Amino acid sequence: MAAITERGADVNTLENSMSLKKTLSAASPLALRVVAECSVTKARACDLILPHCAVSTPVFMPVGTQGTLKGITVDQLEGLGCQICLGNTYHLGMRPGPDLIEKANGLHGFMNWKRNLLTDSGGFQMVSLVELSEVTEEGVKFKSPYDGEEILLSPEKSISIQNSLGSDIMMQLDDVVSSTVTGPRVEEAMHRSIRWLDRCIAANKNPDKQNLFAIIQGGLNAELRKVCLEEMTQRDVPGFAIGGLSGGEEKDDFWRMVTLSTDHLPREKPRYLMGVGYAVDLVVCVALGCDMFDCVFPTRTARFGSALVPWGSLQVKQKQYAKDFQPIDPECQCPTCRQHSRAYLHALFKSDTAAMHHITIHNIAYQLTLMCSVRQSIVDGCFPEFIRTFMKRMFPSRDQYPGWAVDALASVNVPLE
Amino acid sequence: MKLELSRVVQGRGRLGVLKELGKTGQHSLEVPGCLLHTHLGAVPHLTRDTLHTLSNLPSVTQVTLSNIAEHQEVLEEFKDGFRRFAGLHNTVLYCSLHDPATPCPTGYNTTKTVSVWGSGGRIELTVAKFMALQKTVQPDWYQSMADGETWQSGTSRKRVRKSVDRTLAHLDECLLVHQNSQELEGVEVFGVVEGGDILEERVRSGRETAKRPVAGFCLDGLQTGSMDQALRTQLITAVTKELPEDKPRLLQGVGRPDEVLACVEAGVDLFESFFPFQATERGCALCFGFDVSSDPELAAGVKFGTRQHPVSGGVRRLCAGSLVEFSGVVELAEEKTASGETRQNGDSNPADQSRMTSFEIDLKDKRHRDDFRPLVEGCGCYCCVNHQRAYLHHLLVTNELLAGVLLMIHNTAHYHAFFRALREALANDKLDVLKRRVLGEGGGQTERNE
Repeated sequence: MAAITERGADVNTLENSMSLKKTLSAASPLALRVVAECSVTKARACDLILPHCAVSTPVFMPVGTQGTLKGITVDQLEGLGCQICLGNTYHLGMRPGPDLIEKANGLHGFMNWKRNLLTDSGGFQMVSLVELSEVTEEGVKFKSPYDGEEILLSPEKSISIQNSLGSDIMMQLDDVVSSTVTGPRVEEAMHRSIRWLDRCIAANKNPDKQNLFAIIQGGLNAELRKVCLEEMTQRDVPGFAIGGLSGGEEKDDFWRMVTLSTDHLPREKPRYLMGVGYAVDLVVCVALGCDMFDCVFPTRTARFGSALVPWGSLQVKQKQYAKDFQPIDPECQCPTCRQHSRAYLHALFKSDTAAMHHITIHNIAYQLTLMCSVRQSIVDGCFPEFIRTFMKRMFPSRDQYPGWAVDALASVNVPLE
Repeated sequence: MKLELSRVVQGRGRLGVLKELGKTGQHSLEVPGCLLHTHLGAVPHLTRDTLHTLSNLPSVTQVTLSNIAEHQEVLEEFKDGFRRFAGLHNTVLYCSLHDPATPCPTGYNTTKTVSVWGSGGRIELTVAKFMALQKTVQPDWYQSMADGETWQSGTSRKRVRKSVDRTLAHLDECLLVHQNSQELEGVEVFGVVEGGDILEERVRSGRETAKRPVAGFCLDGLQTGSMDQALRTQLITAVTKELPEDKPRLLQGVGRPDEVLACVEAGVDLFESFFPFQATERGCALCFGFDVSSDPELAAGVKFGTRQHPVSGGVRRLCAGSLVEFSGVVELAEEKTASGETRQNGDSNPADQSRMTSFEIDLKDKRHRDDFRPLVEGCGCYCCVNHQRAYLHHLLVTNELLAGVLLMIHNTAHYHAFFRALREALANDKLDVLKRRVLGEGGGQTERNE
């Protein structure tokens, strides 16, 4: 754990914060410095300079949907070395609403988080959470689950809410279509997302303080993706997200779209792969050229007693751990592993919510440590070795390596024997 | 353990320090004071990091067999005692039978057994099993096995007598095992005084228990909701007359500030700190005032209630700042007052401890939606330094786990600060001022601004 905070502190030393101000004053609230590039894969290690602090990439961003990371204080999150986390525009836009948050000095002020925040547009929740949603050129029409009122989430409305939230990175409103959908709807959504990107750019009241990222769409269709990439990279946005994946699609299609996207995205801008958070996916997609990731999985699974470890996961609530007196991961330096055993946590789950918080802390630490190690290996020029060691630890034998991961890594010159 | 009293005033409470606690004898606990209530060693909702935002926590951690009993096998295999198992450091471990925050079903105790309720259901304890548990938990101090199922109204005299007899029998058996157990060398035992609401039985229980070689006394069956404070005071006063002065008295199941004050005056030294947890579970923040450094109301001649009708004083200044919100409680109190009983804050039985008291604010209330003040002005806890009512309101409305964490931090800080203020008031002869502050106005400085 000390390692992470040290590295984090490195990037945030006084001299860096001086150059941070210099970098940012050039009319852009984002600067990307490529610190190292893997000579074998497409991986990069960068310093992403944002208004609240610098972020070391590759980075995993924990998700704090409703202005809080479930059960964890901002101090604890900071203590784990987190430099950027997410808030959800849909949820916060509903409760407590943008006006109140603006009064509270933005989402940073409201939740008292001093580092960076990224907000998504609300688009994904529209489609995944809300039953009656209708997408038109105007925006997404839906019924509020709280009072039944009909609401229209347009690009302008989404950006307006995100302006009130004051996040360091805002996402465009995109026309989200499930990755399992095929046919003309996918093309329609891709083109509409481009038009909505332009509307979002126009609607951004704070271009000098808030970064608006575009989201590449196009489903699993290479041609559509290429069109989208071609168009969106012509817009002057500080960063790009790869969207429309990480739904229910086949992993074989998934990685091909990721690598196609990074092939056509500019080197000097960050690439954010949305909704990816499983350890194997993170490592592979870093190799394919992605810098930023987010996912609810690590924090959500923690609440069910599932602890993430280098060899997979450990279901603490299972009977086999009742008398297991070692920590979740003997090599983990997080507060949970330093203080408590699997047996104690197993027992605590029957008595108090604190058990969930212990696992949440551990899982966030796991994700952040993983990314830190990935970054360091890129900087040290041994990322391919890191990948091999990682895979060996994660899977009992070579024939259990997921086929898609083997293919994806082979495509960037890392054969796994 | 050694109780060193610095002040004893009849009917006004005792002040002192409980020294030489723990097997190393290095810890002490000021009295009147409270223990640190936990679930299996964890202060509810809190991990070590969040717990340690609090300073001056009690040096004694309370764990309960109701949480622990089902893990007996695990602990036996672990061998090194509960403290190590839970990762607890530098604290004295006290093991009680029941969790004061969670009243359990009654009717299952027998002559030879008492039952506790774990996550998987009822666990029956004989003295043998009870003592086997103590040997594997390895606390610094524990209460003897007791039958306290007398708190429901209408408990017969016969049943009350049985609880006294059984509890004494259990105590004698426990002590026998204790004296013959090397594992329990240096561990202290508290005897438990029962007797329901019957004065003679209370006196008998106290007198008999005092004859046994125990380090102190638990007073059981007097918990919030089981009887009104007037009767509780009467019974405690009578019991403490039978108990030696130099041994501490721990009152179980009572935590509300007004009741604490009254019981301290009646001679109680120690309480269980489960009240902050209950307030947290209601989504409420403790906010009652206990600052006696200056008392402007004294000059203004604020009306305060007598011990019989404290709520009438409470009506004037309520935490939430609105009579309307408390109309339910007020009416209830007035009804009861008319019928001659005094029921504080609407509690009618221990099973209904979810009712809000006048010592807290309900953060789910819409009025807090855009209130950017801290829970309590001037409170130095992590929650009040870093967050605002509006944020807590949002967390509660959206059912977020962080609400419990932040409220637990604040409520714990507030409650323990109250006990510090209580000790200071006793030391400086300001108990009356403190009582006015706590009882006369339920809201403290927070709602003066509203």
